[in-house]
Amino acid sequence: MKRRRRRNAFSYLGWSIAWLAAALVLFGLFDLLVSIVWRGVRSFHFAMLFTPTQGVAGGLENALLGTFELVLIAVLFAAPLGILGGVYTSEFAGRRTAAAIRFLAEVLSGVPSIVIGYFGYLLLVLQFHWGFSALAGGIALTLIMLPYILRTTDTSLQQVPHMQREAAWALGMTRSQAILQAIWRPAAGGIATGLLLAIAIGLGETAPLLYTAGWNANNPSLQLTHAQVGYLTYVAYTYLDQPYPAARDLAYAAAFVLLVVILIIQLVVRGLVWRTTNRLQGRH
Amino acid sequence: MEVVGAQYMRNVSRTAKVADYVFRVVAGFCASSPAIFLLLIAGIVVYQSIPVMHFMGWSFLTHTRWDLGNLYGAMVKKNGVTAPVGASYGGLVFIVGTLLSSAIALVIAVPIAILTAVILAYRVRGAIAWILSILVELLAGIPSVVIGLWGILVLVPWISAHLAPFLRHVLGCIPFFGGQVGSGYGLLASGIVLAMMIVPIITATARDLLLQVPLLAREGGLGVGMTTWEVVRYISLPYVRDGLVGAIALGWGRAMGETMAVLMVSGNAMNILPSNLYSPISTMAAFIADQLDSAQTDASGMAVHALSELALVLLVITLATNLLARWLVRPRHGRRKEGVAK
Repeated sequence: MKRRRRRNAFSYLGWSIAWLAAALVLFGLFDLLVSIVWRGVRSFHFAMLFTPTQGVAGGLENALLGTFELVLIAVLFAAPLGILGGVYTSEFAGRRTAAAIRFLAEVLSGVPSIVIGYFGYLLLVLQFHWGFSALAGGIALTLIMLPYILRTTDTSLQQVPHMQREAAWALGMTRSQAILQAIWRPAAGGIATGLLLAIAIGLGETAPLLYTAGWNANNPSLQLTHAQVGYLTYVAYTYLDQPYPAARDLAYAAAFVLLVVILIIQLVVRGLVWRTTNRLQGRH
Repeated sequence: MEVVGAQYMRNVSRTAKVADYVFRVVAGFCASSPAIFLLLIAGIVVYQSIPVMHFMGWSFLTHTRWDLGNLYGAMVKKNGVTAPVGASYGGLVFIVGTLLSSAIALVIAVPIAILTAVILAYRVRGAIAWILSILVELLAGIPSVVIGLWGILVLVPWISAHLAPFLRHVLGCIPFFGGQVGSGYGLLASGIVLAMMIVPIITATARDLLLQVPLLAREGGLGVGMTTWEVVRYISLPYVRDGLVGAIALGWGRAMGETMAVLMVSGNAMNILPSNLYSPISTMAAFIADQLDSAQTDASGMAVHALSELALVLLVITLATNLLARWLVRPRHGRRKEGVAK
């Protein structure tokens, strides 16, 4: 009887600690969100979105536009490479080749982002003499985003039932025609989700850009090389160390804007996933 | 045998065949891009580190002094490489900083993440489980700069005012916990922000693993009179042990490669090894990010090469941990379903 009571007490204790751990994780998340949003809301003015940085004050227009330019360049490279790569892995490659490609993509996603940034510095900025530039930063971001896009494309295509392919082949389609006209449709939601998540990752990256994009207080020009670009995470990181309140406000505002954009993308993605799973469940 | 309706069947046209071939080749090229990029990264980083490998040899890994030398004075030649007078590139401080801070992160994150995963897998269901899982994934999506900002605003003041004095008071007799408390920027702060970043990674993987434990095994445990906690402790967790170790190794690799959050709260130590839990440190990743300006001012180019070798060491360590993790979490029960069987 005594033993039984002791075991029950242990069970109770164990579950209490587990609940405590979960509460701690949630507390950490809320503390982070609340403190960043609280500082951000107080420092943020809508005028910041339309003024470039001046010295240690001003606005975030240059950084916002620069971030969008960098991510856009990265998407232009990473989306075709990743989606077509994922298509090849899922639809054309044999079992072993597919396993090798998945493995290499995962290895690439495990390379620390600062190493990718430094690689960009060594090869693009120094060797190719591009200087700190939009193209160098964009390519560094491409390396971050590519494995995510490839993997999500691959997994969403894997979930398309084999019968759909057989039906398309039976109509006399070649494999490519089958992919381009039929198989991509059920996978499109998954691919879009992966793309959006990759964009969210790209928006929040700093380390790959420090050594490739540089910093610019003016709005980005369309010049791809030999012109530095500013980006939001740089403001959040650098301006915090300045002894001026205006600069710190700018850093808080930049972190706030970044957080809001990334949270919106994340929520949109969850909504997308939730809708598609609900629709699929409704059909069965 | 005659196929009914065979006269209506059309051969695949030549253009369609060519298009199919072209598409396949282009897609194949795209699929090989991760391999190409990996080779390129490794090749460039190795190639750029060669001068410092000659200059320092193995002492790069064992010396603590990182000094770019007199950048405006004469150059010396050593082991066939020209470098500024007094230059020394010893990476030990950063290697130790990386290993220690990620180890502290693991000590904090692993129990919290596994217990949270147990709750997510077995104690909540329906809408609440869905919301909690999303919150954990949200934490994984927060940019490291924002976590670093939180570290500076909230964590570092709290450590220097409460946590560090408390730890020193309670555990001060253990060598590593005693001594100067410092400003709050340092090893402990780095470990906590890193823990914050790897908890969601470990939690998500552990939850998925725990959900795969067969219900029959768990019911069997209850059937022989185990308490629910004993079922978790003696059936579920041992069942997923290999996968858990893999998830932890994955988190470890991520913690070692993390740059910005650590850079912001580590205190950026140079040339000195941490003496206790509160000492300022620097990690390889954070130091590379921090040295941008000095790399550009060194006309001999040796600073760039030295940072390149540091990047190489970081790359090798993180890749080794990652490979170990993949090997441990590899699917063993049944093969993965293939879209197109061949």
